[in-house]
Amino acid sequence: MADKQPLLQVEHLCKEFPVDSGVFASRMAKKVSAVDDVSFSIDVGETFGLVGESGCGKSTTGRCIMRLTAPTGGKVIFNGQDVAQLKKKDLKHARHDMQYIFQDPYASLNPRMTIGEIVSEPLVIHGEMGSNEERMDYVRKLLDIVGLNPEHINRYPHEFSGGQRQRVGIARAFALHPKLIICDEPVSALDVSIQAQVLNLLGELQKEYGTAYLFIAHDLSVVQHISDRVAVMYLGNLMEQSDWRTLYSEPYHPYTQALLSAVPIPNPDIQKSRERIILAGDPPSPIDPPTGCRFHTRCPIATAECSQKKPPMEEVAPGHFCACWHAEPFPIKGTSIKL
Amino acid sequence: MEKKQREEDLDREVRQGLKKMEDRAYDVHEEREQAAGDVEAPYQPSEGSHPSEAEHHRDFRGSYNAVVDEVDKDNATRTLWSDAWGRLRKNRLAIVACVWILVIAVIAVTADLWVQQWLGSPTAIDSTQMSALSRLPPSPEHPFGTDTLGRDVLCRVIYGSRISLTVGLLATAISTVLGLIMGALAAYYGGIWDTIIMRLADIFLAFPYTLFVIVLLAVLGNGIQNVFIAIGILGWPSIARVFRSAILSVKENDYVDAARSMGASDARIIARHIFPNSVASIVVYATMNIGGAILTESALSYLGMGVTPPNPSWGSMIQDGQTYLATEPWLMLMPGLAILTTVLAFTLLGDGLRDALDVKMKDA
Repeated sequence: MADKQPLLQVEHLCKEFPVDSGVFASRMAKKVSAVDDVSFSIDVGETFGLVGESGCGKSTTGRCIMRLTAPTGGKVIFNGQDVAQLKKKDLKHARHDMQYIFQDPYASLNPRMTIGEIVSEPLVIHGEMGSNEERMDYVRKLLDIVGLNPEHINRYPHEFSGGQRQRVGIARAFALHPKLIICDEPVSALDVSIQAQVLNLLGELQKEYGTAYLFIAHDLSVVQHISDRVAVMYLGNLMEQSDWRTLYSEPYHPYTQALLSAVPIPNPDIQKSRERIILAGDPPSPIDPPTGCRFHTRCPIATAECSQKKPPMEEVAPGHFCACWHAEPFPIKGTSIKL
Repeated sequence: MEKKQREEDLDREVRQGLKKMEDRAYDVHEEREQAAGDVEAPYQPSEGSHPSEAEHHRDFRGSYNAVVDEVDKDNATRTLWSDAWGRLRKNRLAIVACVWILVIAVIAVTADLWVQQWLGSPTAIDSTQMSALSRLPPSPEHPFGTDTLGRDVLCRVIYGSRISLTVGLLATAISTVLGLIMGALAAYYGGIWDTIIMRLADIFLAFPYTLFVIVLLAVLGNGIQNVFIAIGILGWPSIARVFRSAILSVKENDYVDAARSMGASDARIIARHIFPNSVASIVVYATMNIGGAILTESALSYLGMGVTPPNPSWGSMIQDGQTYLATEPWLMLMPGLAILTTVLAFTLLGDGLRDALDVKMKDA
């Protein structure tokens, strides 16, 4: 894997949001550190899963890569260019090869535009295909590919169900045949049965076009279905990163282990008998994150060291990275998970 | 009425059922296509040996297309505005209001062509017959009666409507343009611009409105154009607020981010995404604002600040007639009714438009 040239390289990405506390507050207001020193890379045609609780900075990471929000630190190297530094014109160029699929299929489609207009918009913006008829023919093909009736090209988003709308979003993302698509929880707003359909569609399209995905999700089982490699995020930090098989079968980080133990197993006997790790409390506020390892306040195996020094991301096994002072397979003793 | 409603419901149900059927048909069709694609090599030669199956496939496709054609025929011309019109049409009250406004508007515009021949001049006083014609009760010649100076009240109400509608429309146009610019500036640029504009709006709104208009008129001087300028200038803060909040809520939507992530320019995002989705609230608000402006003009005329006599205005007519409320009530009642119905009509139309333009109310 190391000899391949990565498509996307995220290096020490940071994003801080100022906490706005009114007109009369001092300008030295507090900051929320949503993403803190996150590094990973995605290869051509690969699916990289990014998992974590809500509010841990997954979506912000995705938005920073797309530069929908400007990162406050670090580099996002896509196709050999640092997206964070690009001028407006070059940014438009870079966005040709990078698309975004949104979580909410209701908010991500303009209710005043027809499906045809929505799906063809990227083509119009990038001036591809001369005539409108050519574009509409292409859009019909795209709709067919994503499993929608091409005859519905003149309908409005409100005439479609959530799953169909998400297919429209997917058709739009694929219109320019991008090299990378950032899927920001594309199925979490859908019914479970529809989730599987949409995931399968994404898989088929990837096979066909060789697109790389950054797949953001809070559901480990969803990520498992689609990802080549998975990274676990907690409170703005990456905790562990590996190919999915190793991560699921041999987690080195106590947080990963806790997450895995929360995935329900569709077998009542195992589900009843297995031990689950229940983390105490809520994640701490990102305005005032814990010192040292950000997970130490809820970690069952935390020691004094954890609250003082931040553990570096280290390669614990080939291709398997973990940021923990106590990194070892199944660090929380007495429980193990079979998936 | 109930029967018609039921018929409409039934019609909708049938149509939905048809849509579902068609979707299902499409799914099945897809599966068949895929199945055919998977076994393409053996399928092709077998076409001859199994003609029935191939025929069945073709038949199926034909019927499926027929269904689609049928559904799409009424779909092809559908836009969001035509949908809104369809919903507005079902709102009886709004349609009555709309018709009333149209009637008043047509009468006001064409008044010069026929009213004077029928009812005489709204302003001229025939001094020779003044006492004979003074304050006559409603009669076939004078449907609304006559006023103290012997002028026909209906004629004056009709000419008064020209003033009211002009003021209502022009004042609202001024407020809307100002409000759109200010609201858009505040919402797009944010930060210090937002603070300055919105605090300015707060200051405007903190003054008693009618008093503010009177002061402004005292500075500008009386006269009809000053009336709508004053009302228009003072009306912008509420429109700016509505537009600003509409833009801010639209800006939050993922489809704006989606457009940005495609590389759309600011101009395109504003023109294609933000404006079409925030303008509906302004249409509604402006419609209601027309009624408000008419009321303000009436109040000003009542106070003697608006239209200069002898030109008729609904407000000044009420003021003229109030002395005779006990004996000749039509003098005050007729212009009063004109104000009431017109303002009510604009408010009801605004209400109807709000419901009709709301995409989420779709076939609820």
